[in-house]
Amino acid sequence: MIGEGILKGMAETARNFFGSYVSKDRLVTLQYPEQRDPQIEAARSFPFLVCDGGDWQQAMRCVACQICEKECPPKCIFIEKSKDKKPDANGKLQFYPAVFNIDISVCMSCQICAEVCPFDAIKMDVDHDLSSDDRFGGLLLNKQRLAKSNEYYNSIHPTEAAAVDARLAGERARQEAKAKAAAEAKSAAEAKLAAATPVQPAIGEPR
Amino acid sequence: MTQAIDQIFVLTKHWLVGLVPVGAQPLCSAILSVAAIIIVFATLFAITTWLERKGLGRMQNRYGPNRVGPFGLLQPIADGVKSLTKEDIVPITADHAVHFLAPVLLVAASLMGYAVLPIGRNMVLVNLNAGVLYFFAVGSLMELAVFMAGWSSRSKYSLLGAMRAIAQMISYEVPLVLASIVVIMQAGSLSTVSIVNMQATYSGIWPHWFVFTPWGFAGFVLFMVAATAESNRSPFDLPEGESEIIAGYYTEYSGFKFALFFLGEYIGMFATSGMAITLFLGGWSAPFSFSFLTWIPSYFWFFAKLLALIMVFIWIRGTLPRLRMDQLMNLAWEFILPMTLLNLLTAGIWHFMPAGSLRWLVCGSMVVVPCILLSSRMKHKKKLQVRIYHYSE
Ligand code: SF4
Ligand code: SF4
Repeated sequence: MIGEGILKGMAETARNFFGSYVSKDRLVTLQYPEQRDPQIEAARSFPFLVCDGGDWQQAMRCVACQICEKECPPKCIFIEKSKDKKPDANGKLQFYPAVFNIDISVCMSCQICAEVCPFDAIKMDVDHDLSSDDRFGGLLLNKQRLAKSNEYYNSIHPTEAAAVDARLAGERARQEAKAKAAAEAKSAAEAKLAAATPVQPAIGEPR
Repeated sequence: MTQAIDQIFVLTKHWLVGLVPVGAQPLCSAILSVAAIIIVFATLFAITTWLERKGLGRMQNRYGPNRVGPFGLLQPIADGVKSLTKEDIVPITADHAVHFLAPVLLVAASLMGYAVLPIGRNMVLVNLNAGVLYFFAVGSLMELAVFMAGWSSRSKYSLLGAMRAIAQMISYEVPLVLASIVVIMQAGSLSTVSIVNMQATYSGIWPHWFVFTPWGFAGFVLFMVAATAESNRSPFDLPEGESEIIAGYYTEYSGFKFALFFLGEYIGMFATSGMAITLFLGGWSAPFSFSFLTWIPSYFWFFAKLLALIMVFIWIRGTLPRLRMDQLMNLAWEFILPMTLLNLLTAGIWHFMPAGSLRWLVCGSMVVVPCILLSSRMKHKKKLQVRIYHYSE
């Protein structure tokens, strides 16, 4: 008869209605700002710039190569390269971004900037409580707001950050070894040169 | 004392009207009553939006609004402020005058029905002797408002939504009126006041509500189904099927005009529910005649019944999915309309048979048997087949 299914359905909704007052496990809603789910490691929101400890201006890994600016599909990164060079965290002289802005009202969280950066300088953040009264200034992240420490990176994406750190350390070690080898070779050559030089005039003298 | 509580609003009004000069008294009395109706039912609208969101939430195992005020009770105020401060966009090609008038007319039309609803003992704005007729006549003004909204917006979605709404409202207007005719036949009057007075008598503790007869019960159920469709509520909310035609006839409305559409729809729903209460559920009369219940004022019973019906509406909305257009029309013309016509016959037979269990048997079977036959016929016609997907194998 017509209406049987309707009555069955209404009994079901009534059960849900009263059940939600009786048993708390039925209510799956998380009361968001007070309660939060644990952060998922693979989550990503918007990019940030990684700094290797110390003063953020000094320690920024970014060398203003502008690859990410060119690759960003919606073109929301704006970089102005510095005129001078400054020593980076390793003491090496590098260019640095005089201006580095990301407009997160445009950013689509695609992670392409992080993929293309050859210096592991830009990574994806997980912070999503970014709503703001000011729809222009509040959503245009400047260099200071983008700069976050490597420890922070390690805390939000531990696995990925550990891999990056290992790779960077390996590179640094290799570079140091190469530098050492080069220095050794250089000193050896110098020593050879130094050993050889006094002979030369001697050879030349009799002529 | 109980008399005074029951008549407190009537007495207050008389006292207030007595303060003004005699010439202005009729106008003053009308304004007072209209203002009271608008305030009370607009407040009820606010409460209902909260109840609906809470109730639906709980049925879906959610909390519903719980941020604004205790238990989210101030949510309607927040919603109101939001819709008042929103930008009011009118499409550039729209017919501005009609576009503006449509929501106003909708609210006005849905409010006009309250003129004949007896909310309590002696609490009716005008006791028309053709009250029921008047109610349905102004109720059909809502269709005009809906079509004005759809036509003036100059949008395909609005127009399609309005066409759907009109088709649906006209199809269900017929059973709505036919379902209420049984009451008019029995009461022998079109006046809402005398219909309620007739039901407010008791044998023992039981009232003589029309819903407690076979034809009255069938009429009540059919009336409520038709009323759900009339007020465009789930499961008959096709005019605003979001997945097909966005918001239907009010697609191009925003800000406060959009809120007015909501207000009009809810007020219309309360009005038809109030009519169902008046016709079948004994209006303002108490469900039992116990002497210790007499201190409860008559308007309390009316609003208790109204709230109960609103709960049922919410419950239905939380349960049923939206119908398809052909299902909607089939239901109206193949089930509800024949049932209401047969119900007329049942009511006539009931009237002329002597009271007793034989009358119950005959009339009861005259309701149940056609219902079973018609529903099994509708089920048979439904051909279920395995759907073949040609392109997605
Ligand atoms: S973030 Fe990376 S890719 Fe972008 S400019 Fe800096 S170093 Fe180059
Ligand atoms: S995540 Fe994508 S859109 Fe956002 S800044 Fe990086 S490249 Fe641009």
